Amino acid sequence: MTRFSTGKLAAAAFIASEAVFFAFLIAAYIYYRVNMQGPYYGRTYLDPPRTLIFTICLLASSGTLWLAERNLAASHASGFRLWLGITIALGAVFIGGQGWEYYGLITNNVTPERNLFGATFFTLTGFHGFHVVCGLICLGILLLLAFRKRFTETEITGVGAVSMYWHFVDLVWIVIFSIVYLAVWI
Amino acid sequence: MSDVPLTPGLIPAEAAHGSREASHWLEWIATVDHKRIGIMYLVTTLIFLIVGGVEALLMRIQLAWPGNTFLTPEEYNQIFTMHGTTMVFLVVVPLLLGLANYLTPLMIGARDMALPRLNAFSFWVFLFGGILLYLSFMSGHAPASGWFAYAPLSEKGYSTRYGEDYWALALLGIGVGTIGTAINLIVTIVNLRTPGLTIRRLPLFVWMVFVNSFLILAAIPALNAALVMLLIDRQLNAHFFTHVGGGSPILWQHYFWAFGHPEVYIMVLPAFGIISEVVPVFSRKPIFGYAFVAASTVAIAVLSLGVWAHHMFAVGLGKAWDYAFGGASLLIAVPTGVKIFNWIATMWGGAIRFTTSMLFALAFLFTFTIGGLSGVSFAAWPLDWQTTDTYYVVAHMHYVLFGGTFFAVMAATYYWFPKMSGRMLSERIGRVHFVLMFIGFHMTFFIQHILGLDGMPRRVWTYPNYPGWGVMNMISTIGAFVLGFSVLVLLWNIFVSLRSGQMAGANPWEAWTLEWAAPSPPPEHNFDLVPPVHGRRPLWDLAHPGEAQS
Repeated sequence: MTRFSTGKLAAAAFIASEAVFFAFLIAAYIYYRVNMQGPYYGRTYLDPPRTLIFTICLLASSGTLWLAERNLAASHASGFRLWLGITIALGAVFIGGQGWEYYGLITNNVTPERNLFGATFFTLTGFHGFHVVCGLICLGILLLLAFRKRFTETEITGVGAVSMYWHFVDLVWIVIFSIVYLAVWI
Repeated sequence: MSDVPLTPGLIPAEAAHGSREASHWLEWIATVDHKRIGIMYLVTTLIFLIVGGVEALLMRIQLAWPGNTFLTPEEYNQIFTMHGTTMVFLVVVPLLLGLANYLTPLMIGARDMALPRLNAFSFWVFLFGGILLYLSFMSGHAPASGWFAYAPLSEKGYSTRYGEDYWALALLGIGVGTIGTAINLIVTIVNLRTPGLTIRRLPLFVWMVFVNSFLILAAIPALNAALVMLLIDRQLNAHFFTHVGGGSPILWQHYFWAFGHPEVYIMVLPAFGIISEVVPVFSRKPIFGYAFVAASTVAIAVLSLGVWAHHMFAVGLGKAWDYAFGGASLLIAVPTGVKIFNWIATMWGGAIRFTTSMLFALAFLFTFTIGGLSGVSFAAWPLDWQTTDTYYVVAHMHYVLFGGTFFAVMAATYYWFPKMSGRMLSERIGRVHFVLMFIGFHMTFFIQHILGLDGMPRRVWTYPNYPGWGVMNMISTIGAFVLGFSVLVLLWNIFVSLRSGQMAGANPWEAWTLEWAAPSPPPEHNFDLVPPVHGRRPLWDLAHPGEAQS
């Protein structure tokens, strides 16, 4: 007898392992931030207000994905596709913003090689960005499927699993935004 | 058998394929059947065991007498690193995952794992990770900074060739596979238990595998985080773990052991599960204190996450750290001791059958207890300072991992081989195998306690001719060859028994758990009918209708 949705349970277990992974990267960021010698580069080179705009896009994408799922549950295929498309667009805007930010930093010679701020910043935000890209690929596959056919019960579970993952990636960003960007003034 | 329906839900794996006799090798590559994947895990680990064993023998030849020049120091460093990495990541962990893969669905009355394709993915990514590790030899230099790759030795400034990069990438791949299997096992055990098989009736092997899977989810990502940081250091010239640039080599140690100590329990919890299945069946008694065995596993898993710095007493972290981690490490001996007493109490007054499987289980109890005691001695950190990085540590960890886990796996091999192959392993050859392996093991490693207390450091390619050191090392080397020979006897036994072993039938040991209700070897879908489960020993209940349930 199936006690829980297989897809969602597997997603939860996967997310648990991902949470540990990010916890260690975040701990490394904090450790080096506290023990860093010399001036703190984040204060000079990061632009929290600008990043806040892209952060809002990413957070909004969690809301639009929730709306997409509600449409799916109500069997509104077109509504599902619309909100899923908007979710992907918002995620893509976030990644675009991250690319813009990276470009600015690297042209100012802030790199992993230069100092520990560069190393920890790019490692932490880079792995988060990588997870967003993976999430976008999953959402893209769902959108492709949504255009080609109606979803069955099992596939709706798959949507639930992807959505859990997407919300998790958003949640991690809230932590990273607080620690990396909001804390530049500390 | 009554008409209890099968655990529903999954599409039967490869339903369209032909009979077992007609099986084509491509079917093995394409398979998503948990039994075939389990067997592929076991065969792969057997090959890596032989490779890692040969590496061990090369080291023992080099160490046989003082001043030997059989290997160069460079070669020796690569070989001990590859030996450790191979045995931990490519033998012990996947061996236990392979057994879990094969047995878990059968023991809970399911047709397959919950996510069969993830299962196949996990296996293949593990296999290619292992191959990647060995490809490092072709780059001209295998990794050479030990299985825990302490920074800054593993950093670019000290390991200038590509060995460490292969090491980190290979371990990332293997780690992903391990996490995939852990997720799969959790979902399988939660979702696919046959009706009536409540969590309090779960076979103890499955209990341990379940707890172990959570431990994997908590531990392996710590290693992955450390590995990507090491790779960024090496490939992008960052300074996470080098003093130059303000990084912290100590942080590598914290991260590695935050993974590495739970890893020790990842390597031993399923072995506890094996012993908890084998000992009751061959003592003809139900396990003594089922709830204690299960609960102590949870206690071990939780505690194991909080004791990592006992690997770092020699660093000089400060008294507060030393007290905290020494104390926690002492605590962990309590739930482990509970288990030892449970197994002994299970045997007490039982009608013990001394099969080869049971002999190995007894050898496990004896050897693991010695390894556990030497382990507790490290928790007293002044003693740790004296013995750290000596052969005392080498002796301890081999008593735990070889004399503990591997002896348990040997017990599992003799116990479940009939289920997997349909034929019994020869008990006659099995006894020879047991005697040789037991003597070879203790001959190799017991004396290393003394060498270590006498101050012989580990990881050095040779040593001066101090009184007794040459003789003790020679004894250890001879023991290692006896041990190596015993593995050949095992291989011979498997070879002979696969061809002409006695037919096993469904339940040769008169065991009680559900896997023995399936034919040997089980068909693709495992069960036509799953017996009803009203207790912890469903097959015993079936054979004794109307009697008190256990």
